[in-house]
Amino acid sequence: MTKQRLVVIGNGMAGARAVEEVLARGGADLFEITMFGDEPYGNYNRILLSNILSGVQDKSEIFLNPLDWYAENNITLHSGARVTDIDRAAHAVKTANSTVVHYDKLLIATGSRAFIPPIQGVFQADGSLKSGVFGFRTINDCDGIVAAAKQSRKAAVIGGGLLGLEAARGLLNHGCEVHVIHLGPHLMEMQLDSQGGAILKAGMEKMGVHVHLKMSTTAVLGKDKVEGLAFKDGTTLDCDMLVVSAGIRPNAELGTRAGLTVERAIVVDNHMRSVDDMNVYVVGECAQHRGKVYGLVAPLWDQAKVFADHITGANPQAQYVGSKLATKLKVMGVELASMGVTDATEESDETVQFSEPKRGIYKKLIVREGRLIGGILMGDIEKAAFLMQTFDRDSPLPEERLSLLFDLGGPSQKVTIDEMPADTQVCNCNGVTKGKIGACVASGKKTAKGVMEATRAGMGCGSCKSLVNEVVAWFAGGALEEDPSVHYYVPCIPLKKPELITAIREQNLKSVSAVFKALAFDGREDPLSKPPLASLLLTLWAGEYEDERDARFINDRVHGNIQKDGTFSIVPEMPGGITSAAELRRIADVADKHNVPLVKLTGGQRIDLVGVPKDQMPAVWRDLDMPAGWAWGKSYRTCKSCIGIDYCRFGLGDSMGLAVKIEGKFRGIDSPAKLKLATAGCPRNCSEAMVKDVGAVAIGDGKWEIYIGGAAGAHVRKGDVLCTVDSEDAVLKLCGRFMQFYRENAKWKERTYTFVERIGLERIRAVVVDDADGIAAALDDAMEVSTAAVYDPWKERDAPKTANQFATLIPAELPVGDD
Amino acid sequence: MNEYPIGALAQIPKGEGRNFEVEGVKVAVFHTQRGEIFATQPDCPHRKGPLADGLVGESTVVCPLHDRSYDLKSGKELGADCVLKTYRVRTAPDGTIMLAL
Ligand code: SRM
Ligand SMILES: Cc1cc2nc3c(=O)[nH]c(=O)nc-3n(C[C@H](O)[C@H](O)[C@H](O)COP(=O)(O)OP(=O)(O)OC[C@H]3O[C@@H](n4cnc5c(N)ncnc54)[C@H](O)[C@@H]3O)c2cc1C
Ligand code: SF4
Ligand code: FES
Repeated sequence: MTKQRLVVIGNGMAGARAVEEVLARGGADLFEITMFGDEPYGNYNRILLSNILSGVQDKSEIFLNPLDWYAENNITLHSGARVTDIDRAAHAVKTANSTVVHYDKLLIATGSRAFIPPIQGVFQADGSLKSGVFGFRTINDCDGIVAAAKQSRKAAVIGGGLLGLEAARGLLNHGCEVHVIHLGPHLMEMQLDSQGGAILKAGMEKMGVHVHLKMSTTAVLGKDKVEGLAFKDGTTLDCDMLVVSAGIRPNAELGTRAGLTVERAIVVDNHMRSVDDMNVYVVGECAQHRGKVYGLVAPLWDQAKVFADHITGANPQAQYVGSKLATKLKVMGVELASMGVTDATEESDETVQFSEPKRGIYKKLIVREGRLIGGILMGDIEKAAFLMQTFDRDSPLPEERLSLLFDLGGPSQKVTIDEMPADTQVCNCNGVTKGKIGACVASGKKTAKGVMEATRAGMGCGSCKSLVNEVVAWFAGGALEEDPSVHYYVPCIPLKKPELITAIREQNLKSVSAVFKALAFDGREDPLSKPPLASLLLTLWAGEYEDERDARFINDRVHGNIQKDGTFSIVPEMPGGITSAAELRRIADVADKHNVPLVKLTGGQRIDLVGVPKDQMPAVWRDLDMPAGWAWGKSYRTCKSCIGIDYCRFGLGDSMGLAVKIEGKFRGIDSPAKLKLATAGCPRNCSEAMVKDVGAVAIGDGKWEIYIGGAAGAHVRKGDVLCTVDSEDAVLKLCGRFMQFYRENAKWKERTYTFVERIGLERIRAVVVDDADGIAAALDDAMEVSTAAVYDPWKERDAPKTANQFATLIPAELPVGDD
Repeated sequence: MNEYPIGALAQIPKGEGRNFEVEGVKVAVFHTQRGEIFATQPDCPHRKGPLADGLVGESTVVCPLHDRSYDLKSGKELGADCVLKTYRVRTAPDGTIMLAL
């Protein structure tokens, strides 16, 4: 069978997705595919331009279909090529530089462009934008905006809709004073009611964005370059750059010129086919279906599927029936999700509302006949995933409305995922369903990261990442019996941690390279498995461990924390946050002598010398003459402390003294993840001991409560009381025993807050406190051996461990006289 | 293309990388546990992470800043499209590293 020629105009999110869907239906055997794209790249995720503008992401991170993808799929891509004409009679398209390509089937996916209202002075004589004025639609626009923002003091954004606000937030990050000029009475009228708009305005203003409502811009001032704006009320605003975000216009002119029916955009039937020509399909923002033109990505995923089903014959009955619109605002610091209508329109409509403007919280749902037809969630969008799904599927709502707005200990997350139908969209940005994630997990991707890379779920605006994680975990959990690899300690050795420990002990494997040779498939090394193995061997063999430095992450090779520019930070030990005038003076002298760029107090109650180049570290350590603080490792870090009984009027125990003892005993102990400790002199908990991996809180009469599994970082969890003991020695003993149990049993990078929940407090208490397994003495001994084997790695300043250990650059030893 | 002796192989511990400067050019040279050597541009194309400080296994290096992995033989990023510049490099019989520029 000869292949048909499929030509696609527009290489954006809809065009490329439509082609992917065609390929997924065996389209490579049916069609020879040619694509034209006006922009000089492969297809990228336009949504993420907001992140590029704010500097959160890098341009290289947003490509969806890099140029290789086209080659690999035998697609001829004309990038940087603008199609100017469609000759329907001749079945051909023509580009600006007169390339002519013939088609059997044509797909128009030209999207839309930023609409620039014809304000006086916005354009130059030649029709291009005045210097300093930008639309916000393409990578090009974004580059221009960022470059201009770097030079600007004051930037204005016309348009207080979704995109305008994202642009404004991004501009703030470049240090400009930012003004949003909005015509309407409140921000984001498409998605918010007036009350929500007001709360959003307050939020944006708190962030530093100036918002001007009900302002009509009449002129862009400045001769050759923007210098300001003039408004209808006679006032003006000076600014040195302007982003216009006043809506979008579909790129439908090609259709008009080719004689297709165009109203607001090119009119299509339910198969996404032009109503005038059986061979011409249209998808994306340039298509008008049942009177609607969309400006978000979710609809175009559905359109692309229908198109592909129809054109490949996979399902000739496939019909697009329109999409319901839900969206989230991607402005850092504002949580906002909105769906459907913003206000009740019929008398029988029911409005469920909660507002707490002081905290920026606003929730409103509009219910018609027991179903959700609109909703606004601001400030707290916990329930967004559930509500958006309910809205999208038109599912009946529970009678109890309160639980729609708040979690009242209702059905657990797991039940929700259980009940979620396979075709529920989990990631709206990239159109990934629960079913697709399941298939990906089944095909062998066991990590959320792997699944995200393969399906792109979570790689859009990122707001669904936690849901993606949960869905992956749910599927991976379901596949436990067939696939044990999720439980391996490292992916390249098919053993769970206890089995791996047994094998290492039995075969007497004392170095990471020996473990690879003996246990890994084919004896092959896996770079990312090296640090977890090194950590485990250190725990098992302590002083007998053969320290191969290549097995360790750079931080552990040079004993500092690597910074974004490749320099390191140096944190000397300062147990309990206690220092002295002499020590501070010495630190100050070192900072001066070595031109340390930044001296900072850390959240761990010590001092950080930040930005030291690798080759300068030994000298800094020598001059400091203080022990390493181990601030870089997966290891015991520090023990924070409060003032305690000697000075504090509430103190019940010697928290400072105990912190010093704890640090003296456990400093430098390697562990599966960081161990952060604290002691508090009373339950006022000033040193946050109740939210540490291990904490000791004095409760009077010499008694201490030991907390474990606390956290106040990326996860916040109050620790559980393991037991109450009546001496400092007992604190040291039980903390050590718990830490050793954790070292031997936790997964790599599993912090105690997960470990304690996974193993269960009761079980831990049984082993550590009640010695139910009879291993308490063995745990204590192992910890003793480990602590005895720790040495101060900063001593390597005088005796480097490897060749050129601290060299940043080695000049080549070129033979003298050579040319 | 010229070949330059840049120093003894013993300058680079097994399984690690080091940065060298030859005729004004900065190059990262890696010495694997199996004894192979490779040379690439020193900075990660992502955000300039120092590749010589990365973890090396077989012929893969993992950037220390954000874990992008590259094949040292081809310079290709694993599972994505970035490419590192690679240099021809060998060890002379006397153990000197010879780098072609
Ligand atoms: C220096 C310091 C910030 C500061 O200036 O105060 C810091 C800096 C870093 N933290 Fe932290 N954390 C610092 C105190 C904290 C604290 C507060 C504390 O220790 O009491 C926490 C919350 C407590 C906790 O860990 O639960 C904290 C929670 C984190 C987390 C989240 C861990 C989690 O699982 O919740 C990470 C990320 C991780 O570990 O993966 C992290 C990771 C990092 C890293 C190491 C990121 C990295 O991998 O490069 C940062 C290094 C920056 C650099 O360039 O050096 N840092 N970090 C603090 C050093 C304390 C010290 O003296 O050792
Ligand atoms: C900054 C920003 C943030 C956004 N955030 C979100 C969000 O959070 N959520 C959401 O759902 N949506 C968001 N959107 C909207 C979303 O990006 C669009 O809905 C989507 O890109 C539309 O896809 P499309 O293929 O129809 O158009 P496009 O992605 O614009 O693709 C059209 C392509 O066709 C090319 N083209 C046009 N005419 C021709 C021609 N004659 N010849 C050749 N090529 C041509 C264009 O150059 C373009 O590359 C955002 C948009 C922007 C700009
Ligand atoms: S919170 Fe910690 S990890 Fe995040 S930027 Fe600050 S120091 Fe770095
Ligand atoms: S700099 Fe190398 S991965 Fe980011």
